[in-house]
Amino acid sequence: MPETTMTWQSITPAIPEIYLVGAICLLLLVDAFAGQTRRGLTPTLTLIALAVGAALTVMYGKVPQQTILFDGMYVADELAYVLKLFGFLFVAFGLLYSRDYLEERGILRGEYYVLVLTALLGIFVLVSANSMLTVYIGVELLALSVYAMAAFDRDSGIAAESAMKYFVLGAIGSGALLYGMSMIYGMTGTLDLQEIAGRLHEPPNLGVTIGLVFIVVAVAFKLGAVPFHMWLPDVYQGAPTSVTLFIGTAPKIAYFALTLRLLAHGLGGTVVEWSQMLGALAVLTLVVGNVVAIVQTNLKRMLAYSTISNVGFIVLGFTAGTPDGYTAALYYTLIYILVALGSFGVILIASRKGFEADHLDHYKGMYKRDPLLALAMMMLMFSTAGVPPFVGFWAKLRIFQALWETNHVWLVIISAGMSVVGAFYYLRVIKLMYFDAPPAEYPPPQHSAGVRAALGINALAVLVLGVAPGPLLDLCARLIH
Amino acid sequence: MQGFLSFLIWLPIAAGIVVLVLGDRHIGAGRWIALVASIVTLLISLPLLAHFNSGTPDFQFVENLPWIARFHANYALGVDGISLPLVVLTAFITIPVIVAAWTVIEARPAQYFAAFLIMEGLMIGVFSSTDALLFYFFWEAMLIPMFLIIGIWGGPRRVYATIKFFLYTFLGSVFMLVALIYMYVKAGDYSIASFQALPLTLVEQRWIFIAFFLAFAVKVPMWPVHTWLPDAHVEAPTGGSVILAAIMLKMGGYGFLRFNLPITPDASRQLDLIIIALSLIAVVYIGFVALVQQDMKKLIAYSSIAHMGFVTLGAFIVYQIVRSTGGLQGAGMGLDGAMVQMISHGLVSGALFLCVGVLYDRMHSRQIADYGGVINTMPIFAAFMVLFALANTGLPGTSGFVGEFLVILASFKASFWYSLLAATTLILGAAYTLWLVKRVVFGPVGNSKVAALTDLNGREFGVLAVLAVAVLLVGIWPAPLLKIMQPTIHHLVDQAVASKIPL
Repeated sequence: MPETTMTWQSITPAIPEIYLVGAICLLLLVDAFAGQTRRGLTPTLTLIALAVGAALTVMYGKVPQQTILFDGMYVADELAYVLKLFGFLFVAFGLLYSRDYLEERGILRGEYYVLVLTALLGIFVLVSANSMLTVYIGVELLALSVYAMAAFDRDSGIAAESAMKYFVLGAIGSGALLYGMSMIYGMTGTLDLQEIAGRLHEPPNLGVTIGLVFIVVAVAFKLGAVPFHMWLPDVYQGAPTSVTLFIGTAPKIAYFALTLRLLAHGLGGTVVEWSQMLGALAVLTLVVGNVVAIVQTNLKRMLAYSTISNVGFIVLGFTAGTPDGYTAALYYTLIYILVALGSFGVILIASRKGFEADHLDHYKGMYKRDPLLALAMMMLMFSTAGVPPFVGFWAKLRIFQALWETNHVWLVIISAGMSVVGAFYYLRVIKLMYFDAPPAEYPPPQHSAGVRAALGINALAVLVLGVAPGPLLDLCARLIH
Repeated sequence: MQGFLSFLIWLPIAAGIVVLVLGDRHIGAGRWIALVASIVTLLISLPLLAHFNSGTPDFQFVENLPWIARFHANYALGVDGISLPLVVLTAFITIPVIVAAWTVIEARPAQYFAAFLIMEGLMIGVFSSTDALLFYFFWEAMLIPMFLIIGIWGGPRRVYATIKFFLYTFLGSVFMLVALIYMYVKAGDYSIASFQALPLTLVEQRWIFIAFFLAFAVKVPMWPVHTWLPDAHVEAPTGGSVILAAIMLKMGGYGFLRFNLPITPDASRQLDLIIIALSLIAVVYIGFVALVQQDMKKLIAYSSIAHMGFVTLGAFIVYQIVRSTGGLQGAGMGLDGAMVQMISHGLVSGALFLCVGVLYDRMHSRQIADYGGVINTMPIFAAFMVLFALANTGLPGTSGFVGEFLVILASFKASFWYSLLAATTLILGAAYTLWLVKRVVFGPVGNSKVAALTDLNGREFGVLAVLAVAVLLVGIWPAPLLKIMQPTIHHLVDQAVASKIPL
């Protein structure tokens, strides 16, 4: 029975969201009054706000067992708690990498940081959603913030174009989601995900199936699975790199949660249907992502296709349709974000005022100009290629294992083959950095020691988690089961 | 003796990281650290030989720590009669590689030494893992330093060669991983022993066999997936070629002995003719290919493929012997031969690549046509080169003879025709090796560059002398080596002929 009276006890698990709303309002005000002279204030304050938020989350957000709040709209459980902490962490790292880049391009404005925080709020809402309404609010809050971020460099034509594309195609995705939800609501008579789960049974009737198709399409849109991936390469390439970094990292947590809460839990009664749909999507995604990435010459675009292929692996985890598969997908998502964070961080650090280091040729001889940056990038590339001792290997292994346990033989073989195809273009980046002579005209990247240290920690995490993968694997398994 | 194996793995890796951090500015210290670390590694491996109990096929000097509880994967190490000689060989070969590079490598020397030290640790890890996941971990991690070694210090077509090397081996290994996970799902843990004990139907065994076969055949390499090897060898720096030929190729052979025969015995029995056929093609066809090579390194690379054909032939001839004699009598002889051949080839091909390296450092050419009459200016070098060439042809008294002889003898037990084809190597091997020696070493001085050559310096002499002693020792007195291997090989034969199909 949902609670009807609001007490302090009944809202403490939602402290992260409530705090974030307050912090956003405060930051907007501070930024408005700080003016042009103290522009550096907002970025620093944002980082502090994130740290405080993480601390508050640790104090209040942890619940002993699953708690349903706000009339069944909101769920607080350990999964949401841990994912929110990861959200704080990933966003903080992303902002750290982005600051100099934004300053050099004259787009270091308070609004950027506010938009990042509203997007983070959207992520949190999605992660804790227990009702289709909450899901939709979260999706839109996140998406609208990110559309605005993509267009943030208003003088750049290509950024505006990519934002427009993102907005139009994203709106189609949201529309599909809403339509699918309305069908499910019509068939079950409730918006509450847990009640939906109780009312759906195999085999689903026609209405539910139609609703399901639309929801799967929407999820594929948001994740960037083929054939609903068209927005992704253009947005990744066109948006300012700091925005690309953001799009490529923290929101993936939210879309993982979206898939888990909506499909795996809410619509868990139709697992046979949607896991077949996801299986087909995953195969297409793996093939298109990996094969098309080979011919790219722009690093951001190449990483976009690499994202698509990684999304294929995440979708494969869901295809298994078992808690073990969801665990694998969660692990893969977290690892993917860790590596993407570092890879886009390298692009940000290698860029300078008036120079975007987004072409593959810009990385020629990187070893000579900046050995540390090259080493970090090499570790990240080997990790995404799935070569031990780096952590990407375990992520792939986990997916293979979940698929074997559910007897998806062909999916294992296809994904294993595709990971070899994928290795080629990651190796090419390493080849450019280490085997080619550096061209004379690019000066060495200059960045503060703090940013470099952050990147170092990021790359080291990829190695340490690769040598001792046990704790994170256990954590993921505990969160799902 | 507890912990020695861990030492063997992590000491070189730690030293490699230290050398890497010291960087090119402190390369003087870096070189000595590399040398001392590699010598200490060899010294630690020697007590293992002395204390090895050659009366049991069990793993010895075992270490077992929990690694990933969720996968029931352990940090489990141990050596038996198959892996111990290979561990010692690895520790031994790394020293000449480091000494040979002492002043020769001018570009990024710190990274060069670090790469080889890290590689040494990872290779020892491959041979001493008794947990399949740990094995795979080392097996794949090894690709990274080798990829960089060929790509950074290699010849003109190094990029093509190194990417080809990486993708070929990666493709093979990925399917091995798939097979390992499949068996994990059935067996419940990743230990190799429980995979060997796991009952599997013939269909399952066949698929697992094929997955392993892809991984190991690429590594050996067997015809027709050998094409990466000549490219990689030719373009690799001297040290890279030595490690590739001496150790990395052995991993394929080791994999067949450790995984294919005991885990999929029924499939091995059923598919053994394929392996035998491919091995004989490698021996005969690749022998002819080696004959026409213009490039010294390429010639030795092709000769490696032919010699490794003996290893795979010796490993899988056991079923044919059982079939034709009806008993286990002498069935282990092929496996004995395969093992000795691996050790011998490690020493001989390593030494030959070092010889080519000596010439290349002086002349910067690997073309046979650029040489001629080297003996006139480098008599000591010529003596070594001729010795190793003769060992390569399998002359009695050298290590090359023992392995080839045992394998040919074993294949004669199976069928006259196998042994006839295998024995062509005595002619072909002699032809391409001796012709190489004739064109490079003997004859009148070829050109003014050859006339200006200087003979070996002390460092080069030391390296080649040590290898020469090892080649002769194994050739004249192989008994201790065979004794170490004996119980393990016996056990392996029992495993290989026992059926694992559940009733």
